[in-house]
Amino acid sequence: MEARARLLDLAAFLDRLERARGVDDHRVRGLRAALPLLLEKDAARVAKILNLWSDPTTEPIEKGDSKAASGVWPKIK
Amino acid sequence: MAENKISMRYIEPHGHMVSRTTDDYQAMALAGCKAICEPAFWAGFDRKSADGFYDYFCQLTQHEPKRAAKYCIPHYAWLCINPKESEDMGLAKEVMAMIPEFLKAPTVLGIGEIGLNKNTRNELKIFEAHVDLAVQHNQLILVHTPHLEDKRKGTQLIMDALKANGKVQPSRVIIDHVEEHTMAAVLDQGYWAGITLYPESKASPQRAVDMIETISAQRVWLNSACDWGHSDPLSVPKAALEMRRRGHSSAAIDRLVFGNPVEFLSQCPKFISPEA
Repeated sequence: MEARARLLDLAAFLDRLERARGVDDHRVRGLRAALPLLLEKDAARVAKILNLWSDPTTEPIEKGDSKAASGVWPKIK
Repeated sequence: MAENKISMRYIEPHGHMVSRTTDDYQAMALAGCKAICEPAFWAGFDRKSADGFYDYFCQLTQHEPKRAAKYCIPHYAWLCINPKESEDMGLAKEVMAMIPEFLKAPTVLGIGEIGLNKNTRNELKIFEAHVDLAVQHNQLILVHTPHLEDKRKGTQLIMDALKANGKVQPSRVIIDHVEEHTMAAVLDQGYWAGITLYPESKASPQRAVDMIETISAQRVWLNSACDWGHSDPLSVPKAALEMRRRGHSSAAIDRLVFGNPVEFLSQCPKFISPEA
């Protein structure tokens, strides 16, 4: 029941996005890119999704735009 | 039946109790909490001077242990300037200069929670300076890894810096807030790993138990990192309940939520095992 409820919440969220007007958001791109991973036959789905959303660069940056993280690397395709 | 005779006991190895109420202390005591460790962290706003940190360190080492004692819970602290306020290197160095004085306090266990936030060059320099300070004073180290999309990169930068120091013993370092994509690498390099239980932005009790089952229950602790944000001071006993629901033995649960943190923390002679 818990997974059912969460899946319906996600579906409702995507429905709200369809109804909404707004600019492209990297967090939505990240969410959509992760959805196919849920259907892969693999026991490492969580790690795969977390890796997909991660900053792939390796060098420290000069300065952050803010203190907060958004959940998805902003330059995700 | 014998297994059920072991009553629930646990350590909260990472809780920001200055942000919590006395109701939380009472609930934790009733749930079986035998000790709380409180790392220095970001207050939700930037402090304007080193004086603000001096007062905070006094709060952590003098006032909060008294508040916890009213609920029969020993309270310990870790000290540092957190990575979110490390961008101002002048302030960071001023704060770090005060730390050795506070390391003499009887309830200070080490340096933490140091680490990275946005993986900047200044954050990394201050992290390295904290590691040097810990090595100079033979202190345990508690590491904060960055949030969300910055975690994987930051965890690697942190482990590279610890290795580059050359004098850090991995067994005396806990790298906290690991998740499914960072936990194995942390353990593989000999560090302890902390799994933080958050309602949204970190691991749920269910995911934490998945990690315990599929990656490792050795050199791992669970913590709530309860603070001023959306967090749950009872998340460690909730994870223990999840383990019980899945059929883990009382001994295995006790080892994870009590034995493991006691083992790591006992490397500091100031930590008194609740069994003693």
